[in-house]
Amino acid sequence: MTDLTRRRVLGLGACTFVSAVLAGQIPVRAADGSTLTIAFNANLPSFDGTVGPSGVNPAIQAIYRSIFDQYIGQAPDLSFQPGILTAWGWNDDKTKVWMDVRPGVSWHDGSALTPEDVVWSLERAAKPETGNPVQGVWAGIGNFKIDGQRITGDVKSFDPTIFKWMAFLTGYVLPKAYYEKVGAAGFEKKPIGSGPYMVDAYEGNAYLRLKANPHYFGGKPAFETVIFKFVTDPTSRVAEIESGAADVTLEVPYEEFDRLKAKSGLAGISTPISDIGMIFVTNEGPMLDKNVRLAAHHAIDKDGIVKRLLRGYGVPIDTLEAPQYAAFDPSIKVGYDPKKAVDLLAASGFSKDKPVKFKIQTTRGLKPKDYEMIQAIVGMWRKVGIEAEIEVYEIAKHYELRAAHKLAPAAFYNWGNAIGDPTTSTGFAMFSKTPHSAWKTEDLDAKIGPLWGEKDEEKRIAGWKAVDKYIAEEGYVIPLLQYVQPILYKSTLKVTPNVSSALQPTLITGA
Amino acid sequence: MAVSPLITRLGLALVTLFGVAVIVFCLLRVVPGDPVAMMISPSATPADIAALKARYGLDLGLGAQFMLWLGAVARGDFGTSISLRRDVLELIGERLPATLELAFAALVFGILAGGMLAIFGTLCRRTPLEPVLDFLNGLFLAVPDFVWALALVLLFGVFLPVLPISGRLDPSVPVAFATPFYLLESLARLNLAAVGDLLAHMAMPVLALGLPLAAIIVRTLKEALIEAMLQDYVLLARLKGMSPLRLVVQEALRNAVGPTLTLTGVQFTFMIGGTVIVERIFAYPGLGNMAIDAVINRDLPLIQGIVLTFGALFIAINIATDLIAALLNPRQAHG
Repeated sequence: MTDLTRRRVLGLGACTFVSAVLAGQIPVRAADGSTLTIAFNANLPSFDGTVGPSGVNPAIQAIYRSIFDQYIGQAPDLSFQPGILTAWGWNDDKTKVWMDVRPGVSWHDGSALTPEDVVWSLERAAKPETGNPVQGVWAGIGNFKIDGQRITGDVKSFDPTIFKWMAFLTGYVLPKAYYEKVGAAGFEKKPIGSGPYMVDAYEGNAYLRLKANPHYFGGKPAFETVIFKFVTDPTSRVAEIESGAADVTLEVPYEEFDRLKAKSGLAGISTPISDIGMIFVTNEGPMLDKNVRLAAHHAIDKDGIVKRLLRGYGVPIDTLEAPQYAAFDPSIKVGYDPKKAVDLLAASGFSKDKPVKFKIQTTRGLKPKDYEMIQAIVGMWRKVGIEAEIEVYEIAKHYELRAAHKLAPAAFYNWGNAIGDPTTSTGFAMFSKTPHSAWKTEDLDAKIGPLWGEKDEEKRIAGWKAVDKYIAEEGYVIPLLQYVQPILYKSTLKVTPNVSSALQPTLITGA
Repeated sequence: MAVSPLITRLGLALVTLFGVAVIVFCLLRVVPGDPVAMMISPSATPADIAALKARYGLDLGLGAQFMLWLGAVARGDFGTSISLRRDVLELIGERLPATLELAFAALVFGILAGGMLAIFGTLCRRTPLEPVLDFLNGLFLAVPDFVWALALVLLFGVFLPVLPISGRLDPSVPVAFATPFYLLESLARLNLAAVGDLLAHMAMPVLALGLPLAAIIVRTLKEALIEAMLQDYVLLARLKGMSPLRLVVQEALRNAVGPTLTLTGVQFTFMIGGTVIVERIFAYPGLGNMAIDAVINRDLPLIQGIVLTFGALFIAINIATDLIAALLNPRQAHG
């Protein structure tokens, strides 16, 4: 019989520990060429991208687009392309819609994707009880009929953007039979879609492992395995890419982006995306004075902010339409003119000695240099006779105040619009009937209202441009800049930037 | 600890938990941020918004909301997470084990490192090494856990990349677990590869959480040991020719460990609180990491469930600490 002394037990314990660590092989390097590891900037709360808060979270659309297909696809330049629908449109008087469903598409479990799946997904999205956050959009069409691969339906309330929404938030086709069989909880545990990648393993707040869908209608993806590591801390993402533990990462501080893209073995790409920084103006107090609103806009040196604070990573804008958007009009300029700002304020009886005073609210750390930007702007305002007090709040508070129309006279926010339509930028941000607007006046509503259901597309876009011009002339909002998304990756890879900001694995290949 | 005081403690624990429930419920209703406002569709009408509030029971009065929630909690129903759309209790059950394994590993590290260094520091008393050890200990004491976390990421993640930076397990390793206690299960199954991988992922978070705890233990235990070393029974043992190490370990330690144990219990609860930030930095999928997401999303049912869980955990740790202290000190056991 062996004598088991305390010393021997401790020795065995230590040996076991060392063996275990060695057996684990401590894999700190990203895997081989068949695996793509992305240090991702957001967690995935839910696999169902058509309901709940996840449905309108732009940060996780890259994951949804990997697992599921949208009704209509979208190219990296925001242009629309066939997805599950190969063709779509309205009838001549726009009282009906028609959609052709791609034949030969299969779900990840091998069953066929049918027009019934498409109709079920559309009808489910339109039901208030399912919790689709943009249910009102989907409720605009219904009474669908299927004839072969073609679906027709009635237009209940005309929305010129309905097909654009089919490539946007919550516009995903889900498997009717499978979902009804497993239910919502079962779907969360084992989701299946028809997209280029299939869910292989998932650990909330840690990682998602995907396997290539060999039967994908768009061809088998470049990587056999894709791993999304949910690394929400920017410092840790920098460490992930710098150490080689991840192949790609995004949304790192611009200083780190400049440092790392120059490093051997790494490359970086920066692209203006469909996300803008802006200052909401609320129609109350000093902001009811047009001179004050315009002075506040003319006093801001947006070029200076982009160059000095954001290291050049940003595009100054004067309307809520970024250059890639359908209603972008480069002729609308507000311009940095501090002298004009002084004159405008003087006309209303304000000066540096007798400044107009109001509060400006901002987030801190939600977007790159958000608080620093507002600090700089307050400094610029002070020079012309505006004394603004900064209040920092969380984004949740912003939503609450905005919905209750209780924002401060000025409030910083960022607005995403991955389909680039004026309705989903200027429209939702400025029309008083939506809970997302801060400026609520009848003159503006009178100009926006008719555009909501305008059936002539040229006339509609021209109308929105005119609205944007009017808003700029009246100073109803202060657009600041279009954000630039930094992506760092190993130089052995090639990354196609996506203006929608979705870092989709299908846009990454070997160099 | 006798049976009667234990029952009293358990009764008090329930009262404390009720207090925690009241406070967290009220606090969440008064802090800024309406979860419904974060979900409003751009085309939502006032009726849509009202329907959304009714869906989550937020249209009721505060008292009615509280009573409904408390009644459900008493039945073991913590509600459904707004952001994750899953049962809160199920989510906590999935994530708590990760946090517990991490916290206990950090506790073991803190006790072992702190205990050994305290003994070493006592032996080094009045030597040139003493001020060096005291300075280092002061440094470890002053630096908070999240700063250690960032420093460790730079050190072992970037400059000397020997440890994984994020996660609980290497995502490329296909391992299926039957329970959420990955480490315990891997040890029980003698799956050394999984144990190694789990320990490697735990190493930096454990160091970040355990170093400040170790520093506190060093300071408290060393002081107690020095005091104990002046007692008559230790002097007698010294006269009998016992070696300095045996004097400290065999004679002084048992009597000196009491105050350190109580303090360690208190510090352990703080350390569990520290897991929130540390888990976030290392993308460790525990309860703390989920808590941050819940707060960002104003996921009221989930926040309430997590805070109650942490509250229950803190109470359990305090009771366990008292029980251990009583076991080590018979005078305490008898009141």
